Amino acid sequence: MNRVTTFAAALAAFLFGTLPAAAQGIDETINSIFADYTGWYVGLIFADLPGTNFSWIALWLVVGALIFTFYFGFIQLKGFGHSIRLVKGDYSDPNDAGEVSHFQALATALSGTVGLGNIAGVAVAVGIGGPGATFWMVIAGLFGMATKFTECTLGVKYRNEYEDGHVSGGPMYYITKGFKERGLPGGKILAVLFCIFTILGALGGGNMFQANQAHAQLSNVIGDYPGWITGVILAGITFIVIVGGIKSIARVTEKVVPFMGIFYVVVSLIILIMNYDMILWAFGQIFQGAFTGLGVAGGFTGALIQGFRRAAFSNEAGIGSAAIAHSAVKTKEPITEGYVALLEPFIDTVVICTMTALVIVITGVLNVDADTGLYVWDEAAGMISTEDGVSGVELTSRAYAQSFSWFPVMLAIAVVLFAFSTMISWSYYGLKAWTYLFGESKASEVIFKVIFCLFIIIGAAASLGPVIDFSDAMLFSMAIVNIIALYLLMPIVKAELAHYVARLKSGEIKKFT
Amino acid sequence: MSQEVFVVAYEGDDDSGSLLEYAIERAKKEDAALHIVHVLEWSPYSFLTPEEVEERHSRRKEELARAKAVIIDPAVVKASDAGLSATGDIRYGQVVELIAEIARQKSAAMIFVGRSGSNSISARVFGSVPLGLAQIAPVPTVIVP
Repeated sequence: MNRVTTFAAALAAFLFGTLPAAAQGIDETINSIFADYTGWYVGLIFADLPGTNFSWIALWLVVGALIFTFYFGFIQLKGFGHSIRLVKGDYSDPNDAGEVSHFQALATALSGTVGLGNIAGVAVAVGIGGPGATFWMVIAGLFGMATKFTECTLGVKYRNEYEDGHVSGGPMYYITKGFKERGLPGGKILAVLFCIFTILGALGGGNMFQANQAHAQLSNVIGDYPGWITGVILAGITFIVIVGGIKSIARVTEKVVPFMGIFYVVVSLIILIMNYDMILWAFGQIFQGAFTGLGVAGGFTGALIQGFRRAAFSNEAGIGSAAIAHSAVKTKEPITEGYVALLEPFIDTVVICTMTALVIVITGVLNVDADTGLYVWDEAAGMISTEDGVSGVELTSRAYAQSFSWFPVMLAIAVVLFAFSTMISWSYYGLKAWTYLFGESKASEVIFKVIFCLFIIIGAAASLGPVIDFSDAMLFSMAIVNIIALYLLMPIVKAELAHYVARLKSGEIKKFT
Repeated sequence: MSQEVFVVAYEGDDDSGSLLEYAIERAKKEDAALHIVHVLEWSPYSFLTPEEVEERHSRRKEELARAKAVIIDPAVVKASDAGLSATGDIRYGQVVELIAEIARQKSAAMIFVGRSGSNSISARVFGSVPLGLAQIAPVPTVIVP
């Protein structure tokens, strides 16, 4: 007995003592290798436009969103009501009950995008760009709705359906099939490129970054402890869900995540109502800041850049991930998934991100010069000065804690759950890219899933700055390939839309309720 | 006068035997037809993972096939063997609402429902199927113990 305990103690001492040290050594090696070999690519993807601090990739996404908006005649405004009716189930055939509903498709896709960006990203944007960033964020979010409409329609239209009933879809499928249909060359190469970017993006931004942030939040609340512990636990749970097929855990989180999202919005609304006399002032700040900067170093462009960037990075419009998620839905009309998907940037960016921004502005965590009414710029930090110089998640946490002292704990739980659901979603996106490249077989699926789980541990344990930068670059590389394809294939969506609208008007497509 | 129809809300578990037997007995006496309905609980607002979304269509097929083979077909055969005209139906949704709706569509004379399930905690909190039918059923409803 004694020997067993001694052995266990020795093993524990070994694990706790040497693993972190070894991990640290490995960290540094991996980091320097990545920095040496991939740094140029990361630099290229996130390169700023000459004379600004606005990365060309954010412009790429915003310009794409603008083009789709005009090409489809402001579908996000004209089709908004129809989207809501679809989600409510007005057009769902009762005989199809038991199939995935439009509401479920929307909720599943949203659980992949709502997360850290809505909480931490917005705080960064408002901290650097001032309240005016909110205005541009909303504008970019509204335009992004058209991008989602385009990509998700194509995702459903060109998916592969197999005999056993399962489906695979996403940009890689619409790129190959759609290009072939239009007689365009290079489809296969673009699709393969997209898949490589997706796999690497899934392992990094969709996995390691999430695990890393979840651990950071946990150790903020509980106190510092080794990251690999969080990693092993998260990887274990993820393994049980995606490899073991134990859906109950996923179902629990999938239930808790929307609840957290709704809870977050409700708490935000309560704070806004408590400060109702300041709401008009806050909107004033947002509009004024949008065009003048209100003392922000970058002025008008500073606000614009931060807002656009936040929207583009938060709702994943144009990245192609949502097209993978929506293509799994059984539906007779591909365009209906487009209609449903256009609500995602609205909920993610226009509603949730704006709530965060409003609370940050209203609660006064950003320091204002009492004499001039302008924000106090902290030159050293490169952002508006805050109490104790906090930024990111902590700034959001501070703002909400002004009204509710328990909020930071809730926020930590929310961040961990959001991170987990984002990981589950991205494991699926990565898997679909993987099976496109390596074939649809159970064995190849399991290989990817195991690799995915191992990366969770690495992500939580290590501080792999350059690795995560590289994977972010991969996420946005997906957008380069995807948006090129969307430009080439958008006439197909337009034809589909015209056909659908005509049948809707003629009454051929009818309401069931 | 056309034949009366009795709708049976049939769960197909161990306790359902007595429900079916009672319904058959009553139908024989009244010379009525039986419409046996099995409802698979389903909400269009529950949350699914991306993989569940993908598998949903084939799962639904499996569930329907299983419900038909294991629950509805044997029940219909049992009723037919007893000399009744019997039909079966499998639906997805909320049990209470669907049974009431089907009873309306079929212009049923009566609904038969088992008492089983009324003792579970969730039934106590959210109400059971027989209690729900007692409130919204459009026709007289018999709760079979």
